Amino acid sequence: MTTKLFGTGVQRVEDERLLRGHGRYVDDVLAGAGTLHAAVLRSPHAHARITDIDVSDVLDVDGVHLVWTHDDLTGAMAEPLPLLIPHPALTHGRTQHALARDEVNHVGEAIAFVVADDRYIAEDAVGRIRVAYEFLEPVVGIDAARAADHLVHDDVPGNVGARLEQENGDARAAIESAPHTLSLDLTIERSACTPLEGRGTVARWDPDVGRMTVWTSTQTSTGVRAAVAAKLGLDLAQVDVITPDVGGGFGVKINHPWPEELLVPMAARSLGRPVKFTEDRREHFISSAHERGQVHHVEVGFDDDGRVLGLDVTFWHDHGAWTPYGLIVPIITSTQLLGPYKPGSYRVVFESLYTNTVMVTPYRGAGRPQGCYVMERTLDAIAASLGKDRTEVRAANFIQPDEFPYDQGLIFQDGRELEYDSGDYPASLAKLKELVGWDEFPAFRAEMAAEGRRVGIGLACYVEGTGVGPYEGAHVHIETSGKVKVATGLTTQGQGHATSFAQIAADELGVALEDVEVVTGDTRRMPYAVGTFASRAAVMSGSAIHLAAKAAREKALRIAAEALEASVDDLEIADGVVSVRGTDSSIDLGTVAVLSNPLRYAFDEASKAATQFSVGDPGKPPVAEDDEPGLEGRDFYSPERSTFASGMHAVVVETDPDTAEVRILKYAVVHDCGNLINPMIVEGQIHGGVAQGVAGALYERMAYDESGQLLNASFMDFLMPYVTEVPASIEIDHIETPSPLNPLGIKGAGEAGVIPSAAVFASAIEDAERLDHPGLGITSMPISPSDLFDLRRRHSQETP
Amino acid sequence: MTEELHEVRLSVNGAVHVVRVPARRLLSDALRHDLGLTGTHVGCEHGVCGACTVLIDGRPVRSCLVFTVSAVDTEITTVEGLTEPDGSLGPVQQAFKECHGLQCGFCTPGFLTTITAGLRDNPTPTRDEAREMVAGNLCRCTGYQNIVKSVERAAALVEEGRQGPSRNPAREAGSR
Repeated sequence: MTTKLFGTGVQRVEDERLLRGHGRYVDDVLAGAGTLHAAVLRSPHAHARITDIDVSDVLDVDGVHLVWTHDDLTGAMAEPLPLLIPHPALTHGRTQHALARDEVNHVGEAIAFVVADDRYIAEDAVGRIRVAYEFLEPVVGIDAARAADHLVHDDVPGNVGARLEQENGDARAAIESAPHTLSLDLTIERSACTPLEGRGTVARWDPDVGRMTVWTSTQTSTGVRAAVAAKLGLDLAQVDVITPDVGGGFGVKINHPWPEELLVPMAARSLGRPVKFTEDRREHFISSAHERGQVHHVEVGFDDDGRVLGLDVTFWHDHGAWTPYGLIVPIITSTQLLGPYKPGSYRVVFESLYTNTVMVTPYRGAGRPQGCYVMERTLDAIAASLGKDRTEVRAANFIQPDEFPYDQGLIFQDGRELEYDSGDYPASLAKLKELVGWDEFPAFRAEMAAEGRRVGIGLACYVEGTGVGPYEGAHVHIETSGKVKVATGLTTQGQGHATSFAQIAADELGVALEDVEVVTGDTRRMPYAVGTFASRAAVMSGSAIHLAAKAAREKALRIAAEALEASVDDLEIADGVVSVRGTDSSIDLGTVAVLSNPLRYAFDEASKAATQFSVGDPGKPPVAEDDEPGLEGRDFYSPERSTFASGMHAVVVETDPDTAEVRILKYAVVHDCGNLINPMIVEGQIHGGVAQGVAGALYERMAYDESGQLLNASFMDFLMPYVTEVPASIEIDHIETPSPLNPLGIKGAGEAGVIPSAAVFASAIEDAERLDHPGLGITSMPISPSDLFDLRRRHSQETP
Repeated sequence: MTEELHEVRLSVNGAVHVVRVPARRLLSDALRHDLGLTGTHVGCEHGVCGACTVLIDGRPVRSCLVFTVSAVDTEITTVEGLTEPDGSLGPVQQAFKECHGLQCGFCTPGFLTTITAGLRDNPTPTRDEAREMVAGNLCRCTGYQNIVKSVERAAALVEEGRQGPSRNPAREAGSR
């Protein structure tokens, strides 16, 4: 008997392959005999004019096949790379060239591209290229960008790429007339996705059929395909993009096309041999993308209960040297900042600023960690000023369960209204308090204090718009073997889609999980797709697969009913067999697949078995007018708007009174992503998010010096957590408020774990410091022991 | 400017291969690109992330920090060599599958080799020792929670295998 798989933590089907070392990541792709390897000359300077590039020594190197600079690019390839997401407020959008033309704007920008027999030789050649620079003043950091003593781009006044304002109600008037007001300045520094596998691209041009095959480590194969076709002057039909196994993405691989994603296929066509580019770790730090760097100013007015009457937020977003991904990150901060709360009025304005640093594109959470940090710091400050418990102030501001759908009166990142579909925030808070032991904490604090130890507790709440449109599609094919082949176009970088999507298809079709094979990110199998970002894969492709499987099921039942001379209503499918309920009469799905195609070459057992059945009207065409041969289903899911997941985290920390080290004693998560497809996978996503959150709150930052050099561009210096830095355990509880927007009632889960981290640690550390340093405010994250040490010292000096 | 090539015999997972490589060719590159054993992954090329960890004479070593020419006269075990003789998953591999110890899978081979050696030295790790065993490898996906569980589960599977007749999990990786 087939049991329902949706909701069960079945083991992942992709693991067997990956555990044996049989995964196929982009650098593992063979692509054919004689594959050549690319290396890139990158700018060592943050801001300079290129006055000359001398490549004359390069072609002398044995094994070098090609060297290109911008002068070698023509047509669309010579133009700037696309601005993927324009916005009317992005008045000064700028994007880089595939290879720098005349000027470089950050350390790491691509200047020349070399192809050689292997990477070693290609790097030798890169070392022989001589570039003459005329130095320009670098603009590093938000303060320098705002001061605008120097410009990143001559034609962008004030270094301002965009200014956007949204308002719901009259926030400034509300603050003016509020019984209490506060203002805060809150900073958060840069970090980066840092997947263990960097970027990489392999391309093979097949002159026999005039076709380009590209394997790339991306979060959008369809996007790369369209870019390669447009930039190389190929028809879309000539380009296939295959996403192999991807060693983590976390956002950075949604940006596209990267220079190498175009240069590699161009070189493959030019040389008639496969070409491969694999980014190394230093390159990933200085030539991919970062995120998070923002400075915020908050004005808030509130009543005696801590209810926010007016909230006015101004912030400055450092988007680095280029803006290929538009304003997505600051728009998300500005809207998702509101979290589960309903301030009386809200105004937000941001400026998105150029600096001579690596560009900014979404990193897991995509602006939400900053927004959550700003909102939660503000609520903590309100609680402190009123002498109230921090959870009470949250509760006073929550949207209530009977208020859904709740319209926040703003426009979200997808251009739709910011309208929450469902949730139960008071229930989440109750669960969180229980899970972390909120009410028992004062006793614990006293007990620890008696031992000379300093502990603190913090909490933070967030709402995450997930499953943004516009659409995803799915194709389901039941083969005559009874095996089910599912294809969806978005990509996979560790989320276990081959399992969770198979669970959905197997349930709908009544087949065993092991008979379902899921392919993602292969444009040959599903050419219409958007990509994997914004916690959208389960919602979008999960729903599309459900719909496509449903279509295949309906067709299977229609054919089986005819073959079995029964009514569709009397049929059921279990274990891959369609049967008439309560009788022995049955037919295998594989046999139904044979019957679905009038061309019946008897190659397999199913075809032989099919001879006993008869379907179709002999008086009509073999394929009816409204039908197609084959047992397939294809459908698309396109939602009205995003669905809103939510969650709350709490952490108990201990701060060392002498060394200012921070130890995590307990970490608790309550999470609501609607109906869970696979709880094991969801919890894995939360674990990973929390670890990345800890990283961003306590360890990771991009250490740029004033000349724009990234001083910690290696794993030696960029403090990515090992197991020793993450919580020893993470307590997780779920709430399931199904989304009314999709057929499965699901919401996204991928980014959630990372969103509240900066906020929750700031809250807990501030709480731990209360005893020895009352009034010490944590306003800048991440916070290292030396930061906290300095903060204590400054605080003691200021408050004698 | 032509590089001198050196003929090197590499013994990997019990099979001997002969490769001709320049002196500077990293063992990680030779394994991956000359022998086609692409299960060994390269995450940083400066010895910090541990994704490229292989066993050399049974001991975990970062193959991105070893020149191919210096790996002669050693027994190398890569992730491909961790399966049982009958082709089933080895105990550490099996534990990772059961405990959801991997997501994207890129760092996983380095963990599997490291833990294989670690459990040979300490077959019954405490929770703290299990954490210590994997404390030199980076993972960006899992938050390490299920990796630590996998270490404990692997220890149990090794122990079961030692007692049960049907399995042979205490398989020595490489030889001393």
